[in-house]
Amino acid sequence: MISIQNVYKWYGDFQVLSNCSTEVSKGEVVVVCGPSGSGKSTLIKCVNALEPFQRGDIVVDGISLADPKTNLPKLRSRVGMVFQHFELFPHLSITENLTIAQIKVLGRGKDEATEKGLALLERVGLKAHAHKYPGQLSGGQQQRVAIARALAMDPVVMLFDEPTSALDPEMVNEVLDVMVQLAQEGMTMMCVTHEMGFARKVADRVIFMDQGQIVEDCAKEAFFGDLSARSERARQFLAKILQH
Amino acid sequence: MDFSAILPALPGLWEGMLTTLQLMLLGVLGGVLLGTLLAVMRLSHNRLLANLAATYVNYFRSIPLLLVITWFYFAVPFLLRAITGEDTPVGAFTSCVVAFLMFEAAYFCEIVRAGIQSIPKGQMGAAQALGMTHGQCMRLIILPQAFRKMTPLLLQQSIILFQDTSLVYAVGLMDFLNAARSRGDIIGQPHEFLIFAGLVYFTVSFAASLLVKRLQKRLAV
Ligand SMILES: Nc1ncnc2c1ncn2[C@@H]1O[C@H](COP(=O)(O)OP(=O)(O)OP(=O)(O)O)[C@@H](O)[C@H]1O
Ligand SMILES: [Mg+2]
Repeated sequence: MISIQNVYKWYGDFQVLSNCSTEVSKGEVVVVCGPSGSGKSTLIKCVNALEPFQRGDIVVDGISLADPKTNLPKLRSRVGMVFQHFELFPHLSITENLTIAQIKVLGRGKDEATEKGLALLERVGLKAHAHKYPGQLSGGQQQRVAIARALAMDPVVMLFDEPTSALDPEMVNEVLDVMVQLAQEGMTMMCVTHEMGFARKVADRVIFMDQGQIVEDCAKEAFFGDLSARSERARQFLAKILQH
Repeated sequence: MDFSAILPALPGLWEGMLTTLQLMLLGVLGGVLLGTLLAVMRLSHNRLLANLAATYVNYFRSIPLLLVITWFYFAVPFLLRAITGEDTPVGAFTSCVVAFLMFEAAYFCEIVRAGIQSIPKGQMGAAQALGMTHGQCMRLIILPQAFRKMTPLLLQQSIILFQDTSLVYAVGLMDFLNAARSRGDIIGQPHEFLIFAGLVYFTVSFAASLLVKRLQKRLAV
């Protein structure tokens, strides 16, 4: 579903990604973790071409991002993305947030889009808030709306960039529950997160990044099972976050 | 001082006020449209477009409005003749509207640009991630939010234009000030009419400013 092939990226002279390669197959859930500044957000943003890269290629559902002929907006419409700071559109109601891209990008009719949006809103447990504006919802509620908004586009894969790290602790679980459910339904997911409980529960694989490189890329059981087989950096990192 | 002559002159003064308001309204509407286009150009990644817009803005911000008005009075008919190939008479009113909208666009551009830049970057990312094109992101997501934030500044600039429209006396257009002045001259009471005109400008501008301040407070919440 996603194939990342020897991707390099620089910001000016600064190398953010260095020879990153990995695969995410259909239905797989891959968790990406690593210290701050290691390039996790950059890598995941490269997958839907929100960030350009200079070398290598990423192929999503058979479409190459490095190919200059690729219609990037069209590709992005099939890749769902959830951001750390939700990024709901504050000038639009919840319903409009859920329908605007369905209508303007996919060309769906207003009734069809609204029906779909409301069904997804119900699924994330927020149907009663359809007429409100984003500013009237709590962080956890906003993030669940953001997930529903991405799902409304019928994505073939979902990307998450630290979806719970801007939330108050008591709201983390309501968002994780939605993500767990999604994973169990077979959605292909690539999640940057430090929620190791989530990784343990639903991840198939865990990727550990450091200084722009993919240092570890292994099955969940191996990642959490045999610490002695992990790299020094990964062990230090795990020790730090598992303390919390 | 005898203000009694003003009452019978009111219908004529009102005509002048209508011209003033029309000039302002058309100047603001056209200026905001062109200014928004310039702002989007200035922020685009296309160097050529960005430089073109920047040159335009810097040029019009560096010359006096009075010059633009007189210049367009002569240039617009000339340009039209060059384009259409025949004499197309345009009145002072049209050439003034063109002058105002082109001049104000430079100022509106900077207001709109600041407004666009004040929208968090993640909004653009989220809109793009949903598959919107750059144009859709701007039109549906960024500009509506930016305009909401900019409304007080845009109105403030419009109030300034309301006063600046009086410069059209240079090309003989009968705006409110010109109407008051000429009527006062004819009747032989120029001072009374100018004082009255001053009061009207002050009242309208000051009241509008107060409204803008209240709006600003409302939007800030
Ligand atoms: N626009 C930019 N220009 C220059 N450098 C950048 C830019 N964006 C990110 N960087 C740098 O690239 C590196 C990787 O950033 P990235 O956001 O991908 O890290 P991250 O692993 O997501 O970190 P965090 O856990 O803090 O979110 C960082 O060192 C960051 O400072
Ligand atoms: Mg990040």
